[in-house]
Amino acid sequence: MASMLMNSLRCCPPVNPAWAVQYATRSLSTSVQLHAQVQTKSKKTLAKPGVKNIVLVEGVRTPFLLSGTTYADLMPHDLARAALQGLLHKTSLPKDAVDYIIYGTVIQEVKTSNVAREASLGAGFSDKIPSHTVTMACISSNVAMTTGVGLITAGQCDTIVAGGVEFMSDVPIRHSRKMRKTMLALNRAKTLGQRLSLIGSIRMAHLTPELPAVAEFSTAETMGHSADRLAAAFGVTRLEQDEFALRSHTLAKQAQDAGLLSDVISFKVPGRDTVAKDNGIRPSSMEQLAKLKPAFIKPHGTVTAANSSFLTDGASAVLIMSEEKALAMGYKPKAYLRYSVILTPKTSCCLGDYSSSMVMSLFLLFRPAYGTPKVLARAGLTMDDIDVFEFHEAFAGQIMANLKALDSDWFAQTYMGRKAKVGAPAMEKFNLWGGSLSLGHPFGATGCRLVTTVAHRLLKEGGQYGLVAACAAGGQGHAMVIEAYPQ
Amino acid sequence: KCPSHHESVINTKWEFSPPARTHVNYEVKEDVAVIRMNDPTSKVNTLSVQMQNEMIEVFNEVLANDAVQSAVLISSKPGCFIAGADINMIQACNTSEEVTKLSQEGQKMFARIEKSPKPIVAAINGPCLGGGLEFAIACQYRVATKSKKTVLGTPEVMLGLLPGAGGTQRLPKMVGIPGAFDMMLTGRNIRADKAKKMGLVHQLVDPLGPGLKSPEERTIEYLEEVAIQCAKGIVNKKISLTKEKGMMQKVQDYVMGIEFVRQQIYKTVTAKVMKMSKGLYPAPLKIIESVKAGLEQGPDSGYLAEAQNFGKLAMTSESNALIGLYHGQVACKKNRFGVPERPVKNLAILGAGLMGAGIAQVTVDKGIHTVLKDTTVEGLSRGQQQVYKGLNDKTKKKTITSFERDFTLASLTGQLDYSGFEKADMVIEAVFEDLNIKHRVIKEVEAVIPPHCIFATNTSALPIKDIAAASIRPEKVIGMHYFSPVDKMQLLEIITTDKTSKDTTASAVAVGLKQGKVIIVVGDGPGFYTTRCLAPMLAEAVRLLQEGVDPKKLDALTTGFGFPVGAATLADEVGIDVAAHVAEDLGKAFGSRFGGGNVEVLKTMVEKGFKGRKSGKGCYVYTPGLKSKDVNPDIEDVLEKYKLTPNPSSDSDVQYRLVSRFVNEAVMCLQEGILNGPVEGDIGAVFGLGFPPCLGGPFRFVDTFGANKLVEKMKRYEEVYGNHFTPCQLLLDHAKDSSKRFHK
Repeated sequence: MASMLMNSLRCCPPVNPAWAVQYATRSLSTSVQLHAQVQTKSKKTLAKPGVKNIVLVEGVRTPFLLSGTTYADLMPHDLARAALQGLLHKTSLPKDAVDYIIYGTVIQEVKTSNVAREASLGAGFSDKIPSHTVTMACISSNVAMTTGVGLITAGQCDTIVAGGVEFMSDVPIRHSRKMRKTMLALNRAKTLGQRLSLIGSIRMAHLTPELPAVAEFSTAETMGHSADRLAAAFGVTRLEQDEFALRSHTLAKQAQDAGLLSDVISFKVPGRDTVAKDNGIRPSSMEQLAKLKPAFIKPHGTVTAANSSFLTDGASAVLIMSEEKALAMGYKPKAYLRYSVILTPKTSCCLGDYSSSMVMSLFLLFRPAYGTPKVLARAGLTMDDIDVFEFHEAFAGQIMANLKALDSDWFAQTYMGRKAKVGAPAMEKFNLWGGSLSLGHPFGATGCRLVTTVAHRLLKEGGQYGLVAACAAGGQGHAMVIEAYPQ
Repeated sequence: KCPSHHESVINTKWEFSPPARTHVNYEVKEDVAVIRMNDPTSKVNTLSVQMQNEMIEVFNEVLANDAVQSAVLISSKPGCFIAGADINMIQACNTSEEVTKLSQEGQKMFARIEKSPKPIVAAINGPCLGGGLEFAIACQYRVATKSKKTVLGTPEVMLGLLPGAGGTQRLPKMVGIPGAFDMMLTGRNIRADKAKKMGLVHQLVDPLGPGLKSPEERTIEYLEEVAIQCAKGIVNKKISLTKEKGMMQKVQDYVMGIEFVRQQIYKTVTAKVMKMSKGLYPAPLKIIESVKAGLEQGPDSGYLAEAQNFGKLAMTSESNALIGLYHGQVACKKNRFGVPERPVKNLAILGAGLMGAGIAQVTVDKGIHTVLKDTTVEGLSRGQQQVYKGLNDKTKKKTITSFERDFTLASLTGQLDYSGFEKADMVIEAVFEDLNIKHRVIKEVEAVIPPHCIFATNTSALPIKDIAAASIRPEKVIGMHYFSPVDKMQLLEIITTDKTSKDTTASAVAVGLKQGKVIIVVGDGPGFYTTRCLAPMLAEAVRLLQEGVDPKKLDALTTGFGFPVGAATLADEVGIDVAAHVAEDLGKAFGSRFGGGNVEVLKTMVEKGFKGRKSGKGCYVYTPGLKSKDVNPDIEDVLEKYKLTPNPSSDSDVQYRLVSRFVNEAVMCLQEGILNGPVEGDIGAVFGLGFPPCLGGPFRFVDTFGANKLVEKMKRYEEVYGNHFTPCQLLLDHAKDSSKRFHK
């Protein structure tokens, strides 16, 4: 841990000192230092002497389904179990060959709060394999992976299964705090009289349930609202957003039809049919998209149900190993996992002035713009070196805003402490197999999908480098450089 | 170089256009005219003569332009729509007829706006107050940003005026009679979300964060875009201007349609106003009168009543006094000592009592790291709880979020030792009022603080030079006299000794301004300015009690004069022990002039435990949870013991005996150079001691009432009571020469 912190200190780009301090204190970035393996084929490899190479051996996911559809009667760990079993099946990995299992999830089912443990036991993994659950909003499975990478780098493990799961068909809806307090007091009540008086104290207001909201606790602003403001700040029009959403669905449909989404495993849902495909891909027309009313900021907002990602059920899993171990076990790795940064916001401390929470929430969905230049700088690459981009599409407006930010010198100078912009990714390299808008976005599971997709696209398209970027609530984000494994 | 065709077109255009406008301009975007206001001479937009003239000009052009279907009215200033009418315009008038005419011109202009065949959308970001609000509500549609800076309101009443450009006529129709009275009689600011609920604005726009431009710039652009959409929507009938009325609204309209109900409302509101203002403020009554005229006798009478009442009010001494206070307050929110060498980033407060914790509360949310130190865990946690409660109350009122509360509290450190004091930029001590303790503290603190650190002492009466005597660096010692409760009382009295450096003063003022205070900087001396003025008045109050005036009667007479709190209640609030302490100290310093009431009365009360509100008993008995209070029956014995035979005094004499001693002492402070000028004297007396705002402070009171009349009264009292009423030289000078005035 300490060494990670030191790394983050060392890795601060030499920009203006105020920024440097903020990064040093506010961001915990995990830098992935890899051990050297002889790499001769490509001149451009990012391998460094003395740094352990870490590889992605395989990645799978269950079909991502609209919540409330075929998965409706399951529990979160059932989905995670399906993903793990799919991984085992695809890799023929011995069930005791794994050193550690890490899962990411956002909305926790209280009965299975360590969902990693419940799922791995249920999937038949040895009970001697430790497993824990992490959470970091929409980049939870990204953190599961980087945690695994950290364990391998530190020499503690060689084989890691990381994954993520989200199950929005059932979320914990709680009794009100008043009711909970009364019920807990009822537990402790000793006499009938005490119990009766407590029961008598229950009023209508006690019965109002508490629903979980997709909102920031600190600002109470919902993600959709925040995305709409972000889009407005960058002048992203409704048309641009609808076009991007349509692009996502169209590309996803093409990829699905062409059988490119090979990470999807088929899953026999107990009591239901076998599911083998994502069911949220719905290419529509611009006319139809234009008919929808704004979903969050009414009546002049631009974010609609169609240009936002939808509530999704799904799980994913990846097998990460040290290159040495993978080769020793006879695997053919798919990609190297290289540099990775996790970012937290540059909070402006101007409380009372312009309402810092307002400012902060704007940064919510804004990490890709910050993460991309940072991780590129660390890898010593430029935008042009990247062959495959996979950005998490929470909202079309958010993606477009990020692209505009990356392409703005003014933004780079004013808010990122850079001399110039890094430039926007070329659209012909960008999310070519669809994205969260069309495939779906099970919060905890999306990160592994992005990494696996980059690996698969590098293989298919013959590129050398891929970049993953994703944003998360709380103003955080993750970016990772992935390098093709020489074939 | 040949000028391009494009340039020449612009040039010809310029030739035909009238002299360039500086305040109002417009551009046509598709078929919408975007009218932009910007007063280049000021930070805020006001409806000055220039602004109005250019506005009328632009409005005429927009109406005449066939390419224009609708208009958007917006300010180019990032943080201000229109802050109000130009007060100087009113003050420049000499008769009420002139002011009435001003009002009628405003009414006429807004009537044209209201009847405009091309819909006008007001796009509001930042303050939209007074005349600005009247302008906005004359427009057909209103869009406002949800920014914290966006507030709507009619603050005219606070200047002793009324909304004189149609406000009293349009508001009741827009937000209902009760809502309109609430707005106009309290003058309070209404935030955008509340304004939407009230029906004052139609649509809200979120302020934006960083984008391809600065947040402020882009937010205004966005507001303009949305307003243009609205303007187009109104023209092509997508937006209806007649709102569907809800059930509640229909019921309310029906009820308000009954004359008897309306009469009841006028009666209730008038009674409430009379109770609160004691009839000392004419503006609220004129507002009710104008609203009533419009509703009962039709718009013609209503607008006429509004304009005439506006004219009358502008000539009242009350309005003059309140406007004077407004200007004074603005002046006392500036730092005339310049920018301090180093800004205070770490502030340490000694003593977590009511005062200490109160100072912490107003400091911690201003981005200053605050240390609160006490000597006991109990004292400290009581203070921390006070700060927490203050912030949590704001959370409950939804002015801040729970996150902002927690984030703010993270800058507060509670501790029992001096650790971390080596980083302090300023230390404010709020320990017990005892010179020995203060000396001990200053020595302890100076042993641990860095050389640049300022030592401020919060005392209400001990001379700062006496406290500074124990200091090894008296140039860094200054007095900061806060008033309790610190988060409510606006005044901060800063006291400098002849050794205090200018930078120390600049720094103290800067901190005070950050804390949101109105600041007067006064010279050192026993009781400084505020306490010194209050002491003789309280001495007189004690004498009156000794003469057998009932505390309730005493309170009624003082509040009847315009003080917000009665003299007996004030003594209880300040604390009888504090009052005794101060009376004794100042009595020693100033001699018999500060006599009158017997200090022994106060001392005996303290001995019996009647220390005022904090001990539950003083002049009154305080029962927790009960608002009403009864006279403490046990003080009768005390008063009986020190009974004086009263000279016959009318109620008015009682009032002037109290007030003249206050005023005389204030004038003497100016004479002795304790005060920098009459403005600070007025502000200090009104904001710190509750001197009647309708009188504008002791100095304006002398000007208005007449120094000669006051001196005459005082001489009469002097004959009876002695030197307590001897007028000071400066007051005598003013009495002799009626052309001498404190305020020009």
